[in-house]
Amino acid sequence: MIQKMPKKNSTSGVNDFIVRFANVNGTGSASANFLFAKSIFRMGIPVTPKNIFPSNIQGLPTWYEVRVSEKGYLGRREGIDLMVAVNAQSLAQDIQNVKPGGYLIYDSTKRLPGELVRPDIHYMGIPMMELCNEHFTNPRQRQLFKNIIYVGALAVFLRIEFEVLVQLLNEQFAGKEKLVPPNIQALKLGMDYVKEHFEYPLPFHLERRDLIGDKIMVDGNSACALGAIYGGATVVAWYPITPSTSVAEAFEKFAEKYRVDKATGKKNYAIVQAEDELAAIGMVIGANWNGARSFTATSGPGVSLMNEFMGLAYFAEVPAVLIDVQRAGPSTGMPTRTQQSDLLLAAYASHGDTKHILLFPSTPKECFELSAQSFDLAEELQTLVVLMTDLDLGMNDHVSDPFVWQKDRKYRRGKVLSADELDGLGRYGRYLDTDGDGIPYRTIAGTHPTKGAFTTRGTSRDEYAVYTEDNKAYQRNMERLVKKWETAKSLVPAPKEYQEGKSSEFGMLFFGTSIFSAEEAKDILTGKGISLDALRIKAFPFHEKVRSFVEDHQVLFVIEQNRDGQMRTLLINELEVAPSKLIPVLNFDGMPITADTIAKAIADYLYQENHLHHDLYQTLV
Amino acid sequence: MTYIKPLFRHPKLPKNKIGYTLKEYEGALSTLCAGCGHDSISAAIVQACYDLSIEPHRVAKISGIGCSSKTPAYFLGNSHGFNSVHGRMPSVATGANLANKELVYFGVSGDGDTASIGMGQFVHAIRRNLNMVYLVMNNGCYGLTKGQDSATADKGSKSKAGSVNPFLPVDLASMAVELGATFVAQSFSGDKGQLVPLIKAAIHHQGFAFINVISPCVTFNNNLGSTKSYDFVRGHLGVTSQLDLVMEKEAISVDYEKGSVVRVALHDGTELELSKLANEWDPKNRISAINAIENARENEQVLTGLLYLNTDYGDLHEILDTTDTPLNQLDEASLCPGTVTLEEINRGLQ
Repeated sequence: MIQKMPKKNSTSGVNDFIVRFANVNGTGSASANFLFAKSIFRMGIPVTPKNIFPSNIQGLPTWYEVRVSEKGYLGRREGIDLMVAVNAQSLAQDIQNVKPGGYLIYDSTKRLPGELVRPDIHYMGIPMMELCNEHFTNPRQRQLFKNIIYVGALAVFLRIEFEVLVQLLNEQFAGKEKLVPPNIQALKLGMDYVKEHFEYPLPFHLERRDLIGDKIMVDGNSACALGAIYGGATVVAWYPITPSTSVAEAFEKFAEKYRVDKATGKKNYAIVQAEDELAAIGMVIGANWNGARSFTATSGPGVSLMNEFMGLAYFAEVPAVLIDVQRAGPSTGMPTRTQQSDLLLAAYASHGDTKHILLFPSTPKECFELSAQSFDLAEELQTLVVLMTDLDLGMNDHVSDPFVWQKDRKYRRGKVLSADELDGLGRYGRYLDTDGDGIPYRTIAGTHPTKGAFTTRGTSRDEYAVYTEDNKAYQRNMERLVKKWETAKSLVPAPKEYQEGKSSEFGMLFFGTSIFSAEEAKDILTGKGISLDALRIKAFPFHEKVRSFVEDHQVLFVIEQNRDGQMRTLLINELEVAPSKLIPVLNFDGMPITADTIAKAIADYLYQENHLHHDLYQTLV
Repeated sequence: MTYIKPLFRHPKLPKNKIGYTLKEYEGALSTLCAGCGHDSISAAIVQACYDLSIEPHRVAKISGIGCSSKTPAYFLGNSHGFNSVHGRMPSVATGANLANKELVYFGVSGDGDTASIGMGQFVHAIRRNLNMVYLVMNNGCYGLTKGQDSATADKGSKSKAGSVNPFLPVDLASMAVELGATFVAQSFSGDKGQLVPLIKAAIHHQGFAFINVISPCVTFNNNLGSTKSYDFVRGHLGVTSQLDLVMEKEAISVDYEKGSVVRVALHDGTELELSKLANEWDPKNRISAINAIENARENEQVLTGLLYLNTDYGDLHEILDTTDTPLNQLDEASLCPGTVTLEEINRGLQ
């Protein structure tokens, strides 16, 4: 029997909708959901999948949200057009979350309780468990293929090309080919059931496009790890913590492939799972001090623990790279939710006057580039560099421009003296500002039998690294560190400018993963005739172009994913800008910020300040 | 307070095999209290490195915080040193060692630095069998903050002010044996004759070599009633054996009674010759080592000398199977997979 669909004001059109999957953690849904997202990517259509998962290994609800956007908007958007609800625990809530006029796919093996039936959405029951029990005998398979059955159903409802799914299954099970046929069987069970029982496709569905080009789909943590491989990191010390764990794991995977000496089978790298984050950063500092490129990856709680060593790296001028995959704090906070809330912690980490270099990648491509570049910067500036990513960027797959590496690119190792150079010198002074840029010359242990040795310490010393408590020597050193900080401003990546010159009195400032929604919000506002200039910050200390952008605009919307406007605080503090000029646009609920949130916050301000007509404002709220 | 050491060198000072005099292994003048045990240990390190003809620049000295951790400035002035943060010397040493497996690593720590704040890192450096000499200058008190009891102070030991420590002590040597440290020794800063060969043996040991040196604090813990005073320690010393490092295979000297001399081969071909062995003590047996320490304790003795030696385990580099070239000497050619590989990686992600 064909079930008739009542017509309601649902989303329609091609390549522009949101699907959310509601699953039970640990039931194998992740690979099925990824198969769905990747098939859309392979059909040449921009797609953004996001895992919304619990701090749990098995049993709790987990969601996977996929936004499809012909226009290429990769940020999150509110409103679920289609819910695939296969978790009994969260079913009532999941049904409530469907947009009026939207669609629900559920397992109809058991009849849906009456109170869960809403009048304003479409219900599409597929007896997934029953189909599995009928066709598969192995209990694990029965659980896993339930997921593949709904992918099959979606393939018909949304017009996913079957050949694309088959190709992806073949790639997924390369080397385990036996697993391909039963997966295809499960796909077909879902497809056939939909063809037999429902009208299809849905009013919103997919059509092949050529909008992907040579883009790749990858998570930020893998990209950071690959950047560290390319950037020449040899020593990795880390301590497991969500959401950064997969950085170290990905590094190991890549290293096993690309860093094993072909002749001897021995490793051109060393990875140590440390006893805690303190030890992890200690090892990184020890390795860098001794001339190897080394990094650790952690999240907010780990950065808190690393504070003392971060101050040592700053004051003793030892290069180090720290990848902070931010999650929602404070304290344990929400370990599996995203935020940009470690900025102040990282920027001024440790006691005394300290400042650290921060880099803010927005995409996997930038994760790769800035991860590699952080090793150059750390060695050139002889200090700690913190790569500030977040859970959204780190753990979700993103459509990204491909990774690029300039042929014959050399590592910039900074000012390190060789034995010959030491021979040519008079008395060597570790902390002498020979070049006037605040950056002194390093030596590495074992270089020269009689010259260049010194004791590195966190206590005050003179220009020749000799221990002293002389107040003037201490002050000279602290002032030189400020000079080095000034030098850093010209070495860190410049911000991304969205316009040439100035076209508006209003500016948007954003960084990291707010890029997707901020760019979309800019388009939404432009569409309403509200023009704003925009600048994406890529580094701290602020590049000269950030300063001039802030000075050139009357009002700046600072978009960030934390409660207290931490980037805004840094701008006020470092650029001495009037706080009233910087309007915070914030989201800190642990979910990635949306374009609507940004557009509405900006519209609110413009309306209140009489810059926006009532009628126009009405269309934005 | 800054002292300048005289630069004058007597032309007839004896030189070691590589042409260095003892002076070239010295460091800056110590700023510790006159008579501090730590200075004797620094002198023993200088002597051991001179005797072994180690090039000073092939040594790295790493320490934490405290009186003991200041000493790397006072020995081996031609070696790089790193006076890091409190209790974290082992992690810095681990990183440094991973970066360059070819240097000799001295980790210098104290009883506060190791038995309290740094206990975790100490334990884990042992687990990894990091190839280093880990030397604790153990005086049972916090000297640099004026004499508080440390975790190695014995129960009942009296402080200078007259208070009696009510807590049980952490025994670092038996803990190290228990954890599987591959070289464990104990000594006394006042016994240079024992300490120098122990340090030499520790340098030649391929793996974690732990030496707990009782080193009295002359200012805060050298009073009557303290179990870490010079007088008390001198009066309560037990010795496992006399020890010598034999650089090349030689016949065992015939001075000793038959069976009282044991030779143990180290990884690098040198041998340890142990003579006048304590009764029923086998340096390669953990149970025997623990028993010897406990028996000495029952007799109110501090057992010194080599306590335990295990040459069966590989060090951290062997465990991780790192390449022979030190990691800090690898360049783009062996580290960067290059553009062609990157294009392949990109294709795999499409």
